[in-house]
Amino acid sequence: MAKRIDVSGLHVYYSDFLAVEDVSMTIEPRSVTAFIGSSGCGKSTFLRTLNRMHEVTPGARAEGKVLLDDLDIYGREVDPVMVRSEIGMVFQKANPFPTMSIYDNVIAGARLNNTRMSKSEADELVEESLRGANLWEEVKDRLNKPGSGLSGGQQQRLCIARATAVKPSVLLMDEPCSALDPISTLAIEDLIHKLKEDYTIVIVTHNMQQAARVSDRTAFFNLSAPGKPGKLIEMGETNQIFTRPEKKETENYITGRFG
Amino acid sequence: MSMTTTQPPAPDAGPAGNHLRSGALPNRFPLVLLVACGMVVAGVLAAFSSFGVVLWALLTAVSYVVIVVTASARIEGGRKAKDRLVTSLVYSAFLLAMAPLVSLLYTVVGYGLDRFDGHFLSVSMNGVLPSMDAGGVYHAIVGTLAITGMATLISVPIGVLTAVYLVEYAQGRLKKVITFFVDVMTGIPSIVAGLFVVALWMMLFGPGKTNGAAGAISLAVLMIPVVVRSSEEMLRLVPRDLREASYALGVPKWRTITKVVLPTSAAGLTTGIMLAIARVIGETAPLVLTAGSSAVSINWNLFDGQMMSLPVFIYSQFRMGGAVNYERAWAAALTLVLTVMLLFVLARVIGRLFAPKTR
Repeated sequence: MAKRIDVSGLHVYYSDFLAVEDVSMTIEPRSVTAFIGSSGCGKSTFLRTLNRMHEVTPGARAEGKVLLDDLDIYGREVDPVMVRSEIGMVFQKANPFPTMSIYDNVIAGARLNNTRMSKSEADELVEESLRGANLWEEVKDRLNKPGSGLSGGQQQRLCIARATAVKPSVLLMDEPCSALDPISTLAIEDLIHKLKEDYTIVIVTHNMQQAARVSDRTAFFNLSAPGKPGKLIEMGETNQIFTRPEKKETENYITGRFG
Repeated sequence: MSMTTTQPPAPDAGPAGNHLRSGALPNRFPLVLLVACGMVVAGVLAAFSSFGVVLWALLTAVSYVVIVVTASARIEGGRKAKDRLVTSLVYSAFLLAMAPLVSLLYTVVGYGLDRFDGHFLSVSMNGVLPSMDAGGVYHAIVGTLAITGMATLISVPIGVLTAVYLVEYAQGRLKKVITFFVDVMTGIPSIVAGLFVVALWMMLFGPGKTNGAAGAISLAVLMIPVVVRSSEEMLRLVPRDLREASYALGVPKWRTITKVVLPTSAAGLTTGIMLAIARVIGETAPLVLTAGSSAVSINWNLFDGQMMSLPVFIYSQFRMGGAVNYERAWAAALTLVLTVMLLFVLARVIGRLFAPKTR
C-alpha cells in the first residue's frame, strides 16, 4: 500500500515569488519522514506540493518532478483530484465537517464522492478507520453526534481516521500536534508509530523533540536570508541529523543557536 | 519604609484611598433613580397640569442623566461617570430608535383590527362596489404569494449561483465587474425595474398584456442583487480549512461546493433569502405598473390577466378615499406586516434547523 516518493529539482512559486528552491529528496515507504526548520522556510509549502494541494492557493505553482513510485504526479494526464485521494493530508487545525456526525465524517471521502457502499461495508470501514486512529473506544457510543463536539485531540484523530478511510498510500501531516496538549500529542504520536506500518508518512513539525521521537528520517529546511527562497539544507537518518549533522546550519538550528 | 504603607487600607476607602479601590454606586441605583425621576417629573408636570408623554420622557431622561452622572463623578470618579453618561446616551438612542417602530406597529394594529377578521382574509373584492361594507383581501394575498413566490424561484438560483461563482471561481477583472454591476443593481429604483418589465412585455406581447409574471420578474430584478450580496457574505464565512479538508480527501471542487460549502452555510443562505423576500414583498410601484391595479377577483394564474397584491391593494383602496376604503387599506396593511413577521420567524426557525450542531 505504501509508496515511495521521489522529488527531483522542485521549485515552488507564488506568482513570481520563488518560495522553495530546487528540492530533491527521496521519501521512503513505511517510514516517517519529518521536515523541520524555522517558520516561513517553505517546509509546509513544499509538503503541500506533494499532493498538489498548493494549487488551491491562487497563483501557486510548482516546477520539477515528483514521482509516486513510477508515476509523475505533475504529468500532463494526471488529475490532481486523483493524486489527493492517493496522498492524504492532515492539517494543523483539526477540521471535521461541522454539518456531519462522527460517523459521516469518517466516511466523508466516500460519501462526498458518491461511492456506492452497503450499510455493512460502511459500518466496517468506520470501525476499522476509527480503531486505526485509536479513537473507536472513545466514540463508539456516540457515532451519530456531531464531530465538532469532540475535544481538540479527538477531533484531530477523527481527521486522521477520515484521511485513512479513503485508503491513501501516503499521509502528509502539516504540524498535526501544534494546537494540542501533551497528552493528546502523545496519542497522535503513538498513532503515527502505528500508521507507519501501512503508510508512507511525512510530518512537518516545529517541535524538534517530536521529530526526534517519531521520525526515521529528518529533512532540515532553511532560508539563506529573509525574502530569499527556502532550501533543503540536509536530509538523513534522524539519529544522524540530531547527533552528527553534516552542515553547520543544521547544527546551529538543532542546538538552538538560532531559530 | 514606614508602618502606614504596609497597613491594609480601610474597607470603605474612597477615591482618595488606595488607587486600586474606589467607591461604587449600589447595583440597583440606576433603576431606582430612573423610577424615582419618572415619578417626580410626572408629579411636577401634573401639578402644572401640563402632562405630555414626550415632555415627560424628555425631562425624566435629562434629570436622570444629570443626577446619575453627578453622583457617579462624586463617588466613583471621572472615568466611571463618563461610562455612565455614555451608557445612558446609548440607551436613550436605542429608545428613540424604537419609538417610530413601536408607534408604527401600534397604529397599524389599532386601525387594522377594525376590519381584520377571518371573513376579510377569505373573500375577494369580486362584485363589491368600493363603498360597500363588504369584501376582503383574499385575492391580494393570492397575488402576493404567487408573484413573490415566482420572483423567489427566479432570483434564488441566479443569486446563489452568482455568489458561488464570485466566491469560489471568479478572479481578477471579471469578478470586479460583476461585483460592481451587482452593486449598481442594488441601487435601481423599484419603479424603474417596473418600467423595464413593462417595456419588455410591450415588446414581446404587445400593449395591455400585463400579468402576474411581469410583476414577478420586476421583483426578481430587485431581489437578485440582495440575494447575491447576502449569499456572498455567507459563503465567505465558510472556513478555507473545510474546503481544503475536502480536497485532501480527493473530492473534486464542484462536489466540495455542493456537499460541504453549501450545507455548511445553509442556515445563513436561508436567512438571507428570507430577508430578500421580506424586502420585495412590500414593493408597490413595480406591481402597479406590471401586474395591474384593478383586479378584484381571485387569480392564481400568473400568465393570464391582472393580479392584485397586498401593497397595491392598500394603495388603490387608500386612493378611493371613503371611510370603508381606509378601513380596508389598514386591515390589508396589518395583513402585510403580519406576513413579513411570519417570514422572519420562519427564517429564524429554518436557520436554527440548518445550523451546524455541536452536541
